[in-house]
Amino acid sequence: MNILTNPKKLRGFERYVKVDNVSRRSILKGLGLAGGFVLAAPVMSRPGLAAYQTGADKMPHGTVVDPRVFVAIAPDGIVTIVAHRAEMGTGVRTSLPMIVAEEMEADWSRVRIQQAHGDEVKFGNQDTDGSRSTRHYLMPMRQIGASARTMLEAAAAKRWGVPSTDVKAVNHEVVHSASGRRIGFGDLAADADKQPVPSVEGLKLKDPKDFRYLGKGQISMVDLRDITVGTARYGADVRLPGMKYAVIARPPVTGGKVASFDGAAAMKVSGVEKVMEVKGWPWPSKFQPLGGVAVIARNTGAAIKGRDALKIVWDDGANGKYESVAYRTQLEEAARKPGLVVRKEGDVEAALKGADKVIVGEYYLPHLAHVAMEPPVAVADVKGDKAEIWGPVQSAGGTREDVAKTLGIPEENVTVNVTLLGGGFGRKSKCDYAIEAALLSKELGAPVKVQWTREDDVRNGFLHTVSVERIEAGLDKSGKVTAWRHRSVAPSIASTFAANTVHQAPFELGMGLVDMPFEIANVQCENPEAAAHTRIGWFRSVSNIPRAFAVQSMVAEIAKATNRDPKDMLLELIGSPRIVKLDSVKDLWNYGEPYESYPIDTARLRKVVELVADKGGWGRSVPKGHGLGIAAHRSFVSYIATIVEVAVDDKGKLTVPRVDTAIDCGTYVNPERIQSQIEGAAIMGMSLVKHGAITFKDGKVQQGNFDDFPVIRIDESPAVTNVYIVPAGPDTPPSGVGEPGVPPFAPALINAIFAATGKRIRALPIGKQLEA
Amino acid sequence: MITLKINGQQKNWDGDPDLPLLWFLRDEAGLTGTKYGCGQALCGACTVIVDKQAIRACITSVSDVVDREVTTIEGLHPTGDHAVQKAWRQLNVPQCGFCQVGQIMQAAALLIENPKPTHDQIREAMAGNICRCGCYQRIENAVHLASTGV
Repeated sequence: MNILTNPKKLRGFERYVKVDNVSRRSILKGLGLAGGFVLAAPVMSRPGLAAYQTGADKMPHGTVVDPRVFVAIAPDGIVTIVAHRAEMGTGVRTSLPMIVAEEMEADWSRVRIQQAHGDEVKFGNQDTDGSRSTRHYLMPMRQIGASARTMLEAAAAKRWGVPSTDVKAVNHEVVHSASGRRIGFGDLAADADKQPVPSVEGLKLKDPKDFRYLGKGQISMVDLRDITVGTARYGADVRLPGMKYAVIARPPVTGGKVASFDGAAAMKVSGVEKVMEVKGWPWPSKFQPLGGVAVIARNTGAAIKGRDALKIVWDDGANGKYESVAYRTQLEEAARKPGLVVRKEGDVEAALKGADKVIVGEYYLPHLAHVAMEPPVAVADVKGDKAEIWGPVQSAGGTREDVAKTLGIPEENVTVNVTLLGGGFGRKSKCDYAIEAALLSKELGAPVKVQWTREDDVRNGFLHTVSVERIEAGLDKSGKVTAWRHRSVAPSIASTFAANTVHQAPFELGMGLVDMPFEIANVQCENPEAAAHTRIGWFRSVSNIPRAFAVQSMVAEIAKATNRDPKDMLLELIGSPRIVKLDSVKDLWNYGEPYESYPIDTARLRKVVELVADKGGWGRSVPKGHGLGIAAHRSFVSYIATIVEVAVDDKGKLTVPRVDTAIDCGTYVNPERIQSQIEGAAIMGMSLVKHGAITFKDGKVQQGNFDDFPVIRIDESPAVTNVYIVPAGPDTPPSGVGEPGVPPFAPALINAIFAATGKRIRALPIGKQLEA
Repeated sequence: MITLKINGQQKNWDGDPDLPLLWFLRDEAGLTGTKYGCGQALCGACTVIVDKQAIRACITSVSDVVDREVTTIEGLHPTGDHAVQKAWRQLNVPQCGFCQVGQIMQAAALLIENPKPTHDQIREAMAGNICRCGCYQRIENAVHLASTGV
């Protein structure tokens, strides 16, 4: 532990740090282009501590379990705990430190949080995405807290001359109950600092029945007050002396570039100081900037006005013909022909031929933009061979690496300060905006803030893919499903990293396609080819959105065709409680987790369906024009089931009186934030199902702001969302929360519309389809 | 030279009189509580109160608010304990928090105009403020709590 000091400045952690030699963000490997996620280091073994292993140590730079890195105690007793993950609304800046405080018996009211800068050698992996934080860090944070507690207890025992087994840390003090002596953490800090850090293997963790904070939901976000009074600091709120304000006109077509530009009119705008070209990278450009023309001004408003006055001739390049209507037809045609087989059990072709009835569902889901309320923004100050960045980045370590590489300076010379994120949803895992700021600052020799406008965000982002999902289900005479062929066609995220990508990567195929859990004798999953014509990126829950939509819509379509209750149909397809075996799948992506710890357990999937059916009143009578729909999905190794009640009036106006969701996310830390994540997932799900569509014409995004890319507002949001969390045993590994709520919402809502109106919607968004 | 009155204080501006108030507040006056979300009065993140009414600072120019009282989140309540702010904290409304200042200012303006809004009135009045995280259920309940104490 570090007394009296800022833990950022301390060293001496090296021997506790596990560093792997994977080049950071070995994206190409991670995307399966080299045949699956490649491990470069053995998984750290922690015998006796955990009943499960996670994929945490396979992430770049793995985990660091050292109290000296994460905990500091001041003589006044204030305990500072480092939050090394990015806060974007999930509550992680509260939840992970709370785990440390729990184990070390710190009193939460005397705990302060310090945000870690980007340094994965010091803190371990910092990629805040993939619904991983609690999943990967519950145990390491418990170990850090237990180590700190052990050191405090050892220091007190030494001072009193008693065996350390006779003393116990209780609520910010160490107590010797035999003599009644007690001493506060602050008074012990200096002595505790001299204690050796105990070995992880020997640590004694608290009995979960003694938890004061974990699993209770009584602690509010540490940033709550600051948010309500306007002092919470997001990326755009960073102000440095002499800072310049910049906006950039970027190529409207992905891969395009500036042919020529005239900045004379822009320079005449009051407050504009400079117009300059910004370097862009050739397509596919990974996380590098798109390039364009920057306007530098004394404030953002002047920069925007100046940009409006720019005259730019663009060279659109190869993607200038991208057009969404034609592209949809292309995807549909591909989905109707055989494609690369990525899962095969039995003989699907024969089973479909021999089926009594074949039901075909073809589903279309367009591109989506993240539109976090805070558009991308970053501040950079580059001086000589040193760079400092401030920004809302999901990937602090990756940002540091990419900025260093782009500027050609050592990583140690780059400091990345992570502000609060005004929403992330996967967009802010890509640090192009921070690199832009760094390049401009270097050029100008001054600190620069690059602000993306909303239009920039919508038109120049990393979009959610566009997909056609085609499912053919063969039924025998009794109505039992004997064949299941699912073809998924969509441009891959891998296309942002590697030219000529036409197939989806294992991590995309593993999100609801090849991991389909139904008990069916003949299953075949195929991935026909699709080339990308814009930047594709991770969007909250990623490929699970189209897959859950298709699969769970199909369940209801089969129920209709065989005159069965959709919930009963769903349970029948899930089948017997079992661990699903996926031997035919090469490079099975299990969210980076070992399958032994996180198998596909149909008993858990059944349980959330049964729980939500019970609590949500499945089968209850609803007024005329109302309907109930159900859907269930496993993603990010959590299990979720949702019931949506809709009302559709005679003009086709859709309202949602009630949503019920059950989640099994294993051992959980902060049920209050789980609830808020699920409430929010219903809104995001409803946005994409009702309104969400980014379309292209002549290679350009046709939308620009919340008028033509609407998201759900309060007056159209569900009246109430009820959340039920499945209680887990202490040894059930924690699993994802941030993303899993989104995928089942869309099919549950669409199934409810079918129940209410008899209309089956297979293409999203709903738009005006109910008005017809 | 334009003189503005923001949170009871005089602020001078000798630049572009058409500059949106939002950028004056954030970049020139350093009042960064007010947020940029869309620039077109579509999302409400930049909501401030001008003479007791909620306005969108992103489409309001500085010259439009001369001789008027501008209140931002920094001036809403001296200790940050406006009934709306307290209700927000009591119900753990925010997720990422970015839109919340605009939401709070809109709610505060609503309660000036209508101290006891119904749930439908709350949903109507707050419909100009987008929350991408989807905190609407709690926003609605918090405005109700702020207006009724329950």
